[in-house]
Amino acid sequence: MMFATTVPKFPLAHIVDVALDWTTSHFAFITKALSHGLSAVIDAIVSGLLFVPPWLLIPAIAALGWWAAGRRVAIGTLVGLLFLWDLRLWEPTVQTFTLVLISTLIAVAIGLPLGIAAALNKRTNRIVMPVLDFMQTMPAFVYLIPAIPFFGLGAVSAAVATVIFSTPPAIRLTALGIRQVPADLIEAADAFGSTRWQKLFKVQLPMAVPTIMAGVNQTIMLALSMVVIAAMIGAGGLGGEVWKAIQRLEPGKGFESGIAIVVLAMILDRITQRIGRRNDAKSH
Amino acid sequence: MPKIKVEKLTKIFGPQPQKGLRMLDEGKDNKTIREAGHAVGVADVSFEVEEGELLVVMGLSGSGKSTLIRCLNRLNEPTRGSIFIDDKDITKFDHEALLKLRRNKISMVFQHFALFPHRSVTDNAAYGLEIQGVGVDERRRKAREALDLVGLKGWEDAYPGQLSGGMQQRVGLARALAVEPDIMLMDEAFSALDPLIRRDMQHEMISLQERMKKTIVFITHDLDEALQIGDRIVLMKDGRVVQIGTPEDILNNPANAYVERFVESVDMSRVLTARSVLRRARVVAFAHDGPRTVLHKMDDDNLASLLVVRRDYTLVGTISLEQADKAVKDGAKSIEGYIEQTPSVKADEPLMSIIGILAEWRWSLPVVDEADKVLGVVTRAGVLTALSDSSSETAAGDAGEAPVEAVAPAEAETAASASNQEDKQA
Repeated sequence: MMFATTVPKFPLAHIVDVALDWTTSHFAFITKALSHGLSAVIDAIVSGLLFVPPWLLIPAIAALGWWAAGRRVAIGTLVGLLFLWDLRLWEPTVQTFTLVLISTLIAVAIGLPLGIAAALNKRTNRIVMPVLDFMQTMPAFVYLIPAIPFFGLGAVSAAVATVIFSTPPAIRLTALGIRQVPADLIEAADAFGSTRWQKLFKVQLPMAVPTIMAGVNQTIMLALSMVVIAAMIGAGGLGGEVWKAIQRLEPGKGFESGIAIVVLAMILDRITQRIGRRNDAKSH
Repeated sequence: MPKIKVEKLTKIFGPQPQKGLRMLDEGKDNKTIREAGHAVGVADVSFEVEEGELLVVMGLSGSGKSTLIRCLNRLNEPTRGSIFIDDKDITKFDHEALLKLRRNKISMVFQHFALFPHRSVTDNAAYGLEIQGVGVDERRRKAREALDLVGLKGWEDAYPGQLSGGMQQRVGLARALAVEPDIMLMDEAFSALDPLIRRDMQHEMISLQERMKKTIVFITHDLDEALQIGDRIVLMKDGRVVQIGTPEDILNNPANAYVERFVESVDMSRVLTARSVLRRARVVAFAHDGPRTVLHKMDDDNLASLLVVRRDYTLVGTISLEQADKAVKDGAKSIEGYIEQTPSVKADEPLMSIIGILAEWRWSLPVVDEADKVLGVVTRAGVLTALSDSSSETAAGDAGEAPVEAVAPAEAETAASASNQEDKQA
């Protein structure tokens, strides 16, 4: 009690606010422009996917699942997606899927090189790892608030918050996969006169593929969970449906949308997991 | 000019190698240096390897032999000293020159194979060429040639995980051969294989070397292996060279008690060769001899069989007493038609494999030269005497004298020591 009254409060919140205000007023024009571009891309993909009638798109996705992961996954995909269509949730499903897709692509595009750098360079590793701890333990909601002044309400802010939240496993598992390559294989690569890049692309990365795919899988799952939270800043999609159901106290509707998210998650999980394992199986 | 020349090579591991080096120069022993946080990998090692020579570096684990071989292609950076390859000091090479050296001149075979599990057998063997930038068709063709050479035809498309240990190491060997290096470094290449496979690989190594004449530095902790394949042996202990010499030198004149202890454990059946138990076949039959002549020859020496040769002493076979008898009864003009096919061995065949042949063959086993001319014979009794003598002598701690000389007394009366003298010169 004494402490709270005698020692002045460290104005952390104030500092963060001022810093954000300053960066917003000076740099928001860049981020806003970025936002326009990204939102155009997202809209284009969504309307593109919705332009194809579901009775055509759903079997096509199932076929993709067959090619990537086999018959059982294909059947599950077909049944699951038809069920979502029947629940009249096709459009929000496509929106959510698109957001997850974009976020995952960005997360992997950032995570792969950073993971490689962290694996190969000790100093990079020392800087990156604590930042990842910070990103992962900070409650995801907190990213949503500053995203709005930079990117505005809607899908782009949601994507940015999602990327921040879901990149860490891509970085971590890429680094892990590369570091796990046995020392004697590295030595063999060196002994035959490989350059650093040859070693990376011919030995380290190919051998890390199963672990990297596990990271991508984690990234997708995290992205999916974040996309739902991001509905609070107007991301729409299945999260938006859940959010609406909460506000109107409609448990049935909420459950429907929730199930839809679970189905989408399972399909994405199975397909990406199989791709990772298929790569692994080839070598053993 | 030696192919490889190592001069006063020292490798210290630890945070400040120079400090370790100073301690070494002050004459501190390895233990003191280790307590100061440094490890002596190799200390003041010098030796030379001639072109086409197979040099074995042998020592127990921790003797510095693996560190030494890794200095030769600078996987370990030497702390001090020079390594000349084709008269160029590779310790002074910059990155580019080092890459070139590793790509074109030196290749390496590893104890645990170190194959790339995500690449097919062919692409593993082609790795070195791929790194050099050789096009896909040519490098696969060369890789397949190398795989052919090590006996892996038909496995080109398999993955390493599908192969047995011995086959995996053949891939490792093919990978090293495919780049057509001058020098091959083999780090305990056969140590992870089970004993039977290991022996096969050693034999194949010898016959490959016969054809390819690479300069090879081969590391092992197994003296039997060292004696089997090495032209010369460098014996190491605690990072230092204890003795350098031919297998014979090491067996006959162990430099100190340490080497002697090693030598005691040697399996003589692999060290001794047919030459060391060879004796002259005093009586032979000629292919054109009549059966009575042959019987007479046998009678004179109380023999149950005779080797049959042509006039120039090339081997024809063996005739037994029974067959000669039969020939007489049949009224045959010569013994031709009564001669049995006979196995034969070369003079450098180890007793190890001769024992196997003698288990099946009851008469004297002819020893022949390249042109199939009979040099002499080996008998069961001769082999057993040689082995029992050498083992009792090594047990008595007189390893140095043992292997070759031991044969002499047993053979003294019968043998004409032409062969034995030859042996001493060799």
